[in-house]
Amino acid sequence: MGSKRLFGKGLSGRGLFRAASSAIATLALSAVMSVPALAGDTMGLPTDKAMGWQPAGSALKRQTEVFYNYGLFPLIVAICVLVGVLLLWIMIRYNRKANPIPAKFSHNTFIEIVWTLIPVVILVVVAVFSLGLLRDYNDMPKPDVVVKATGNQWFWTYDYPELGVTDIESRLREDAKDIKTAKAAGVPYLLEVDNALVVPVNKVVHVQVTGADVIHSFTIPAFGFKIDAVPGRLNNTWFKAEKIGTYYGQCSELCGKDHAYMPIEIKVVSDADFDAFIIAQGGKTRAMLASEAAASAAAAEEAAASAAEAASASAAADVSAAASDANTTAPAAPASGAAAAH
Amino acid sequence: MSSTAITHERDTHADAHAHDAHEHKPGFFARWVFTTNHKDIGTLYLIFAILFGLIGGAFSGLIRWELAEPGLQVFMKGSMLDSMGLFNLSNPDHAKHAFNSVVTAHAVIMIFFMVMPATMGGFANWFVPIMIGSPDMAFPRLNNISFWLLVAAAVLLVTSIFTPSGPGGEHGFAGGWTMYPPMSTHTGSPGQAMDLVILSLHIAGASSILGSINFITTIFNMRAPGMTLHRMPLFAWAILVTAFMLLLSLPVLAGGITMLLTDRNFGTSFFDPSGGGDPIMFQHLFWFFGHPEVYILILPGFGIVSHIVSTFSRKPVFGYLAMAYAMLAIGFVGFIVWAHHMFTVGMSFDLRAYFTLATMVIAVPTGVKVFSWIATMWGGSLWFTVPMQWAIGFIFLFTVGGVTGVVLSNAAVDYSLQDTYYVVAHFHYVLSLGAVFSIFAGFYYWFEKMFGVKYNKWLGAAHFWIMFIGVNLVFFPQHFLGLQGMPRRYVDYPEGFAYWNMVSSIGYAITAVGVVVFLIMCLEAAIVRRKGEANPWGEGATTLEWTLSSPPPYHQFSELPVIKEDDEHH
Repeated sequence: MGSKRLFGKGLSGRGLFRAASSAIATLALSAVMSVPALAGDTMGLPTDKAMGWQPAGSALKRQTEVFYNYGLFPLIVAICVLVGVLLLWIMIRYNRKANPIPAKFSHNTFIEIVWTLIPVVILVVVAVFSLGLLRDYNDMPKPDVVVKATGNQWFWTYDYPELGVTDIESRLREDAKDIKTAKAAGVPYLLEVDNALVVPVNKVVHVQVTGADVIHSFTIPAFGFKIDAVPGRLNNTWFKAEKIGTYYGQCSELCGKDHAYMPIEIKVVSDADFDAFIIAQGGKTRAMLASEAAASAAAAEEAAASAAEAASASAAADVSAAASDANTTAPAAPASGAAAAH
Repeated sequence: MSSTAITHERDTHADAHAHDAHEHKPGFFARWVFTTNHKDIGTLYLIFAILFGLIGGAFSGLIRWELAEPGLQVFMKGSMLDSMGLFNLSNPDHAKHAFNSVVTAHAVIMIFFMVMPATMGGFANWFVPIMIGSPDMAFPRLNNISFWLLVAAAVLLVTSIFTPSGPGGEHGFAGGWTMYPPMSTHTGSPGQAMDLVILSLHIAGASSILGSINFITTIFNMRAPGMTLHRMPLFAWAILVTAFMLLLSLPVLAGGITMLLTDRNFGTSFFDPSGGGDPIMFQHLFWFFGHPEVYILILPGFGIVSHIVSTFSRKPVFGYLAMAYAMLAIGFVGFIVWAHHMFTVGMSFDLRAYFTLATMVIAVPTGVKVFSWIATMWGGSLWFTVPMQWAIGFIFLFTVGGVTGVVLSNAAVDYSLQDTYYVVAHFHYVLSLGAVFSIFAGFYYWFEKMFGVKYNKWLGAAHFWIMFIGVNLVFFPQHFLGLQGMPRRYVDYPEGFAYWNMVSSIGYAITAVGVVVFLIMCLEAAIVRRKGEANPWGEGATTLEWTLSSPPPYHQFSELPVIKEDDEHH
């Protein structure tokens, strides 16, 4: 009565308009407010009373946050507000006092098509962005450092396989096991470890993860990656930390009684500090390895050159020997000379 | 309306039944232990579900009590829980293990011994035969054994909680209801408790499979004349789809846990890499069951909500065929999305992309259902009875839970949210605020019909509002905890998670009050005994159960009702 019937029998235009405009308003509002990390939040740690993400420590995590804060979150808030407003409207307008005679309709092909197709369109848009983000996660740039993390009951072991550093065992620090002693020592309760994983800032870190006994999971919220540590399997992920600092994560697959007590701590340091750390652990820095590789390549070239000379000298002698024996196998010298050059 | 033909039949054989009732009702023991009556079996299942709901809820109370503040307060020596003597908390290792075993048991109990018995065992048994105009189920004795098998399974599960499991002899399997190896094989759980859990799930699975066979046969073969599948009530449709899902998914679970059993006891290495096995294979097998399982948990609730919304809007369900086929679509697609639970195990890009897309597809039929419920109410004449309050609450809160599922379906976002409290918040919204709300809705809707007495509507409303506030307070803040990175299944947490954990635990206390109000409501109705009528809900209640007395005669429809074209028995 009075309200324009936009969609045939039963659906009042006014109610729908109200619902739709509230939804759009909320969409706009939440896109602005949503769940970005607040300026006061600590990097690399959870912040008490926070309602959104931890501050992002890598570009990839920031991308994920943008997809959620400006894509997924406004969308889901709008849907919930739409449904909520419609229900409230129904409860007000169609309760039996306000509407003693119920309508009889039970079909409306147009609206049924609308509420099937519009979600499909929305999901396709979401999927495009989602798969783009997934591809960015998947396509690791050329790594600068390779780190291997092994989950054990109940600690992590870190290796830098290419740098010759192995078996750094990382356990929850004793004073971080109690709230009072953690506060006294100025370390985060349940997060501080004795030997952190050290990586250089602004460098692509390729993380290889496996499990020694049961399944664990390696993650740092600030970097937005998570990968399971499965026995018998070497999983791969990567991250690139943007800022020097300390970042914490926690084991994320139920692994026994101390599942909550095997945190992950990553110290992101300058290149120089990283090299110093590697040397201190008895390994070789990337620079050292690179120059060693160059040196051995140069030495190999020289060896190849002198081997080639010797080969051509003996080849002349071999030619006459080969002529007399049709089944002679190919001379080994040129082959080994070729191998040395690699 | 056109129910005059049926009314006439009902009157004549109601007299006949009054006569029969005196002669055929068995004694107490025979009636309740050997029953082959679908209504009695339904009642047994409902009592069972309430009992285990209280136990499972008590376990979640222990969890929220421990997590109220950082540090260990409950699962430690000398605490109030320790003095109760239920769990061995004598040293920190035992105590931390006990927490994980409570987390595990909470889930197994709520899923297998509360929701499924309430919806399939309870309401489906009670009302599917009546709604399709049938005297009973196709296999009444099979129905009986389904119930007692479930009791056996429950006994095994409860026993396992007090059986050694962990490497230090700690009691109770503590690897989560998902039971991933190697945590669930000898590496993580050398004790016998896990074997008891496996046997319990085998038997519970058998109980459900036999029940499904019963429902499918009944629905396909025993519908009253004139009740085509397309005139069948939506609750019966929901049960039909659910039964097929159970039939197809449970054997895969059985296969997976049998492999666990042989790995643990007969020297196989299905999941042991040192023997050439793969722990990830278990996850595929488990979640191939596990994902359909969660739709099994919610689909009957969809059916219940359709009935209630239609009844209290005095309008037929909007888009009946779309509703039925949306349930079918959800059931079918539910089988091809399982690995969205496995985005972090190291699957290939193509697999992660596929499962992201396939999972998002389910949002479409689910949205159709939510909008159709709204359209059912639109233009109707709404009566806000207690069941209607629960149903409207369900529609809104299930939507909230469903959309966070859409968030999680994006693999790249899931990297940050997998195994955090965001996931816990998501599934509790669709379960505790979805499935459980629909179960309470059905309980109030059919209370008078089943028990022959009326409930007090003020107690019912109080129950609804207290629980509504309570469970939202428990689970909404958990989204914040998940976004901040708090992992799940943790006995303790860093101080940066303290505030919302406290809020969540306060919410539990309020919810517990709501549960007490529920029990008071049941007691009050049992003591005061206001006589129930055949149809307290008026012309909006159009399905066949409202044509019978409250409670219905021990055997109904000795003469089958005939459903005509313009009948609205759906």
